[in-house]
Amino acid sequence: MNDQQTVEFDDIQALARFAHGHLQDSCFLLLSVIDRHAAGRWLQRANIATAGQKAELPDTAVQIAFTPAGLTALGLPEQTLMQFPEDYLTGISGDESRSRRLGDVDHNAPALWQWGHHDWHAVHLLLLLYSHRGSIGRFREEIADKGFDSAFHVCHTLPTDTLSPHEPFGFKDGISQPRIDWQHTQRTDVHAREAYSNLLAPGEIVLGYDNEYGQLTPRPLVSTTSDTHSVILPPAVDHPGYQDMGRNGTYLVLRQLQQDVSGFWKYVHEQARGNATLAEELASQFVGRQRDGKPLVIPTVRNIPGISRKQTDNHFDYDDDPYGFQCPVGAHIRRSNPRSGDFPPGVSGFWSRLVSTLGFNRQAEQQDLVASSRFHRLLRRGRTYGAIHPQSAETDKEQGLQFISLGANITRQFEFVQSAWSISSSFAGTREERDPLLGHRRALDNGTRTDNFMQADAAGAQRKLPSLPAFVTVRGAGYFFMPGLRAVRYLGKMAEQNPDGATPNGDEPDSAVISEINSSSSVAGRP
Amino acid sequence: MTPQSSFMIVVPIASGKRDAMDSLLESMNLAPGRVDPHNPVIPFALFDELHSARLLIIEANTAEDILAYDTEVRHWTPSLALLGEVDGERGQFLARLAVVASHGLATLFALCQGFDTHQGSMLSFLQSHQTNSAADYVNWRGRTVRQVHEEARLQRFLAERLSTMLAEDGHTDVRQIRQQLLTSVQLEQQTGRLTLTPEAPTSWRHWWRNALHLISLPVILLLLTPVLVVVLPLALWRLRKIEKNDPDIDTKSTLAHIRTLSRIEDHDVSNQFNVFGDVKPGLFRLLLLKSVMYIVSYAARHIYRRGYLARVRTIHFARWVFLNQNRSMYFASLYDGSLESYMDDFINKVAFGLNLTFSHGVGYPRTRWMIKGGAELEQPFKQTLRRHQLPAAVWYRAHPGLTAIDMARHARIRRGIEEYPLDNAQIRQWLSEI
Ligand code: HEM
Repeated sequence: MNDQQTVEFDDIQALARFAHGHLQDSCFLLLSVIDRHAAGRWLQRANIATAGQKAELPDTAVQIAFTPAGLTALGLPEQTLMQFPEDYLTGISGDESRSRRLGDVDHNAPALWQWGHHDWHAVHLLLLLYSHRGSIGRFREEIADKGFDSAFHVCHTLPTDTLSPHEPFGFKDGISQPRIDWQHTQRTDVHAREAYSNLLAPGEIVLGYDNEYGQLTPRPLVSTTSDTHSVILPPAVDHPGYQDMGRNGTYLVLRQLQQDVSGFWKYVHEQARGNATLAEELASQFVGRQRDGKPLVIPTVRNIPGISRKQTDNHFDYDDDPYGFQCPVGAHIRRSNPRSGDFPPGVSGFWSRLVSTLGFNRQAEQQDLVASSRFHRLLRRGRTYGAIHPQSAETDKEQGLQFISLGANITRQFEFVQSAWSISSSFAGTREERDPLLGHRRALDNGTRTDNFMQADAAGAQRKLPSLPAFVTVRGAGYFFMPGLRAVRYLGKMAEQNPDGATPNGDEPDSAVISEINSSSSVAGRP
Repeated sequence: MTPQSSFMIVVPIASGKRDAMDSLLESMNLAPGRVDPHNPVIPFALFDELHSARLLIIEANTAEDILAYDTEVRHWTPSLALLGEVDGERGQFLARLAVVASHGLATLFALCQGFDTHQGSMLSFLQSHQTNSAADYVNWRGRTVRQVHEEARLQRFLAERLSTMLAEDGHTDVRQIRQQLLTSVQLEQQTGRLTLTPEAPTSWRHWWRNALHLISLPVILLLLTPVLVVVLPLALWRLRKIEKNDPDIDTKSTLAHIRTLSRIEDHDVSNQFNVFGDVKPGLFRLLLLKSVMYIVSYAARHIYRRGYLARVRTIHFARWVFLNQNRSMYFASLYDGSLESYMDDFINKVAFGLNLTFSHGVGYPRTRWMIKGGAELEQPFKQTLRRHQLPAAVWYRAHPGLTAIDMARHARIRRGIEEYPLDNAQIRQWLSEI
């Protein structure tokens, strides 16, 4: 491991490493910059939680992420902005084609969202606040001091709830997460990981380090000559003379997902014809786990790097269940992480890899249908909202999940999982169904319905549950960039010193240099 | 067996007619990316031997990249391409096309060069602009459009029968279930509602041609062995040398370009893909690429003919075509899933194959020995594909909604009907696939 790969925890926002599980209350704010100068000052003094180890757990935490409009509002020059990837720049609701791909159609369509579409141009920052139970109101007041009020306007306060181990349908959540290989103990090489591993290269989550391809994900780089503020940024490890605005940053995907809890349980009870045990079983097949988190497949005897054998609720993969007899292939957790390796099960060693690569390993008919998991992992940091307390009379209150996922590449991670796996009607050879929890239920153009749920049965014919209603509705969503701490200061400084809206220094790097930076950043260092 | 063949008509667009062409092509769609199968220009649905077809304007968006080689920009006139895959001989299809769509074709070609002065028939115009592929891949050689439709209908029928049977009473004996299903299929066949046309016999001509092609590669290799022993090391040395000197060119696609492409993607379970770019300069590169193409074409014809292209099983059709007097190459495919998952397969499953065939293109990420590197460089690779990609203005599929995996499963279901006997485990497997 070289120095450049040593992870700079103190420059990384804490959320990339910790879920703030001990801080049970949270508050998510969407902000608009009303005064660039004041915003710059506030950003420079903001006490942002970092991933560095502390002697004791903090009592509060603040995390900050930006939209492209926010970066512009703070004065980031267009040439730097345009180096961000297309997904982030266009935004989750900025192109109908993207909405179609992500299944944000019909009842999920951006036009119906409460936030994130009509108002998106005005949303500049996402502020995530965390504190101990019962103290979030006070903490929020503390944050919203005079300096804050003159800098920002709160466009939207997203609903959140006291942290609960269960999501609103009643299932235990937050059990499976990738384990980030901060020490770089595992090799990253394109075709090298035969079986599933839960260890994930830091560069898959945080920019500026090697990802699972052993490469650096492209990110905005700034030359010190054209932009003097950039000296506070970390240097670009692959481009001498340039500073790295992306290093230690990550992209944050936020989706407010409303859950129809009563509709969900009503449907499974109807299908089970009132048999409560059967209803419970059906619901667990939708998820792939029982309510208490117990997986439907039995733990594997094989070794899974990054998951301890003692963690019996997570030490499993689907290698021994290719047809979905134990856990339906279409179950939510199987779709969102098929726990696949680079090769189908049983392949190991040079020869069998070669046979498989050339397409002659025909035993694995059913098993080689999904992509390798490691390139499509999500670090989930969501929180639930709108819990209905048993004593309360409200039954039609909106409840759901503020789904948050972090990653270094939105397209390859969140969008891939959502579109190629979750809502795809042909995931792993399945047909006529989409994710039972998340999917919209629109039929294919040729009329084939996709509102089913299939249960494979070792005794023969599959069972088909028809006419699933949609259980989840998207109420708002956005893509954000959560920079490293130095990059936040850099933005703050830039904003403070350019209150009039001019780009710093005026002289702009020529476009040839930009395209050169863009293109070779991920190959650099390799002959 | 009925072999599949491909056609591709390429005609330069007349100057000043580009906009008219765009709107004429757009008129063939119901919405962007969704063709009207009965559109008056080319009513695709009338051709029951046609698997898929597309129309696009091939234009050289990346022509200036070659300046990095200190070579002049190669001139290419934006051209209309009409291409597709059919059952049986190309000639027969083109003859029918020329008759059935003569009026529509005439309006299309009226916007192109050379049509107004063309003397002969529509067919001769088509034939004189037919451009052969260097290599053609077909997911399942011999599977006809008719077979796909019949087998899909069979599966739907069986699935419906099966679910009513299971709902009626708790059938448990799999043999009995199967027997009942077979009987219903027979009844349905007698009424004519269900047909399962047997495979057509292979023509002698096709058989001979294929057999000759099969032995061609071994024979050539054998004859050339003495030469190859000398030439190969030299060629490898030269290859490595030019690989090292290849300039790195990768500019990002504009947001507008990405938008244009994605507008027509992901409307169905399958997507179309077209890329066009220049071949790197030099005779050595060209010879190398020609030999690679010969091998690819050989492998596609004799090895990867039943559902697999190396490890990838989501490609229905693919073809590689030399254009502009071997100076440029065009690649087209039809695949299942989204572009991101297609590229994921390219990188994680068949990077070597992509490198062998595409590393001769200007702007491709740097390779080592024509196999390593290249597609393994994830971001530059994705970027270069996207940048060389061209949207299909119109594209048609005879069987929307069906993936290659579906079709293979339907064929297995049919085999389970026609083959006797099955043991209990096989019957269970068969039932589970329905
Ligand atoms: C309201 C919506 C959702 C509900 C109710 C929900 C529920 C659950 C539950 C109960 C689990 C099992 C707990 C665990 O394994 O940690 C889970 C796991 C997971 N979910 Fe969701 N989820 C929702 C939305 C999403 C979305 C939008 C995505 C991403 C596209 C997603 C991706 C995942 C992933 C990656 C896992 C872990 C799978 C594994 O590693 O085995 N979920 N979800």
